[in-house]
Amino acid sequence: MIQDYFSLFQLPERFALDLGALEGAYRHVQAQVHPDRFAHRSEVERRVAMQWATHANEAYRALRNPVERARYLLERRGTTIDAERNTGMSHAFLMQQMAWREAVEEAAGDVAALRRLEKDLLRDEGVMLDDLQHALDDASDNTQAAELVRRLMFMEKLRSEIDDAIAQLED
Amino acid sequence: MALLQLSEPGESPAPHTRRLAVGIDLGTTNSLVATVRHSLTECLPDEQGRALLPSVVRYAKGSVTVGADALAVQAQDPRNTIASVKRLMGRGLADADPAMRARFDLADAGGMVRIKTVAGEKSPVEVSAEILKVLRARAEETLDGELVGAVITVPAYFDDAQRQATKDAARVAGLNVLRLLNEPTAAAIAYGLDEGAEGVYAVFDLGGGTFDFSVLRLSKGVFEVMATSGDSALGGDDFDEALAQWLHAETRGADLDCGSHRALLAEARRVKEALTASATVTAEVPLLGGGKRDIGVSATHFHALTKPLIERCFSPVKKALRDAGLKAPDIEAVVLVGGATRMPHLRDAVQAFFGRTPHTDIDPDKVVAIGAAIQANVLAGNRRADEDWLLLDVIPLSLGLETMGGLVERIITRNSTIPVAKAQEFTTYKDGQTAMAINVVQGERDLVSECRALARFELRGIPPMAAGAARIRVTFQVDADGLLSVSAREQTSGVEASVSVKPSYGLSDDEITAMLKAGAEHATADMQERALREQQVEADRLVDATRQALAADAALLSAEERSAIDQAIDALRTLRQGEDHLAIKAGIEALSRATADFAARRMDQAIRNALTGSRIDNLPV
Repeated sequence: MIQDYFSLFQLPERFALDLGALEGAYRHVQAQVHPDRFAHRSEVERRVAMQWATHANEAYRALRNPVERARYLLERRGTTIDAERNTGMSHAFLMQQMAWREAVEEAAGDVAALRRLEKDLLRDEGVMLDDLQHALDDASDNTQAAELVRRLMFMEKLRSEIDDAIAQLED
Repeated sequence: MALLQLSEPGESPAPHTRRLAVGIDLGTTNSLVATVRHSLTECLPDEQGRALLPSVVRYAKGSVTVGADALAVQAQDPRNTIASVKRLMGRGLADADPAMRARFDLADAGGMVRIKTVAGEKSPVEVSAEILKVLRARAEETLDGELVGAVITVPAYFDDAQRQATKDAARVAGLNVLRLLNEPTAAAIAYGLDEGAEGVYAVFDLGGGTFDFSVLRLSKGVFEVMATSGDSALGGDDFDEALAQWLHAETRGADLDCGSHRALLAEARRVKEALTASATVTAEVPLLGGGKRDIGVSATHFHALTKPLIERCFSPVKKALRDAGLKAPDIEAVVLVGGATRMPHLRDAVQAFFGRTPHTDIDPDKVVAIGAAIQANVLAGNRRADEDWLLLDVIPLSLGLETMGGLVERIITRNSTIPVAKAQEFTTYKDGQTAMAINVVQGERDLVSECRALARFELRGIPPMAAGAARIRVTFQVDADGLLSVSAREQTSGVEASVSVKPSYGLSDDEITAMLKAGAEHATADMQERALREQQVEADRLVDATRQALAADAALLSAEERSAIDQAIDALRTLRQGEDHLAIKAGIEALSRATADFAARRMDQAIRNALTGSRIDNLPV
């Protein structure tokens, strides 16, 4: 097995990633390893194919999502995110979190307001992703990157809660 | 078991022969078998030219009737004539469909429900196997040869227990399952390859007893399922039932007996079908104690009566779109599958929701079997050079573990591309603890009681340690059929824990073996002779393949491993000279076991070489 996700897809190990190239590489790998290619072969071969295909799916899933990709890069550099224990986020961001939580509560029941909030979150996430790319690819500042990943994880979670609320209101 | 076969150019280990494979749509109402012949995909008809086999099995003392003949007598012998058995696959008595409970004598057998018949208690797996046996015989007669395997379709929304039950039914029917294929995905293959389509497709599949909705992206020869959703207890049957209830209420009749109820259901189905072409149809409602009453049914009235059922379809539709991150207008084409999609008010509802006319070019009754046949042909190894497409499907329901307080901890989320695996670490809570149990559930709810219990896995052989010291890594693997398996290893000692599975609704291996034995015809001398020849051919093939593999890659083996393989080869060659086909079979299995690691290493090396570009000329695939 080629363990490392970037080597598996023959892509450079960095945060900036051409999603089209990733998708093409993923399809190329699956075309070689998918169990459907080996369905008429021995049990051993089918098992090995399944392990490779499972690994390729996991690698694709992790690299496709920018936050997961950053976590993976940091893990390879020996920095763990440890989101549950390490809550050492900046004071400013904690205040920001509270403000957002309040905004979500205020918007409860109002689809238009929730959508506006979602848009604001996405915009801020965009800025943070740019910072993350700089921290990982240019500055090699793993501590800063880990902090940004923890923030982004909060943002993603909040956005998925808003999504759920919108879906419930629209149903 | 074949070793990885690396053949030199022009030196094929076996003469190239076409391998017979079929696609089977094992439906709630009807079943079909299809195959690819001379580059054409066709559904195989019976001797009377009928492609559709009614999924009805009648048990009598000493005989079993399947199909139209069974369907014809269901009103006379309703309790022994099993229809819509698909609704009971992988279900316990408590979660069996109420309509099915009213129609049949169901019995609790601990796990999967049993149906009481004059021929004894039957598992839904056995009943389904009877249908599969008829289709297998039809295919083998028509194609004049033995099948290497079959692709069997299942509703995309089938859970693990329902999938496993389907696979078990195939085993009991003597079919080698190349793959369980999701029905909407099969339909997408049939359409996609037929029309060379690209873009985002939705498949709306309302069958006799199940509803599936899938969103797929087709591009550059890849069929990628983005999301799937559905209702495994909603289908055309429910429209019949709704109409039958109304007709019965109209007659103000007494409660119907079982036979009259089945006759009424059959009449309701006829009326429903006739209403797709007429504005009004006269129903001849059977009355208890004989006689009939005519009741006019207008299409408008039928549509109003069944509107709630149609509305039920759109909740899964919305869920799948949301999971795929899409809105209705993003869907470039909608394909209708399943006989129930012939109903005009359903078509109108689909058209209104998506704002475009749905595709119905391929017969909605046959499209699933056709897609399955195309996939079977490829999986059997008959892929043509230009037939270069790939299918990436998903798991329909999340898998989770029971944790403290009856809560579910999600380990694999729905719509993950399969195969998929997730590892989780557990520890012991008592000193010297050597075993632990893990309950796996399937569903989207947070409470265990609101999900489907799938299986209880018991891990044994954990080395005794202080409480909390053991680190047991449990891997949950979902294969390309969407089926779960579990393995466990204690990390600090490297000890492999044994995992025994108690499926909550499945059958044990022993039960399946018993069914296989019960079904096996008495072995004749001819069959003995044939079995011996087959085993001899297989033994020769395996010895040849192993020798070729050794010649190419002996470097992958230690001296000990090499000598174990050499011994197994010699043992098999000796056995092959004898007349005992079972002994030869055992020898083949022994050699396969001896070469398993070697074969895995070679396969791994071949894939690695293929991916890193240093292609070797004789690469498999």
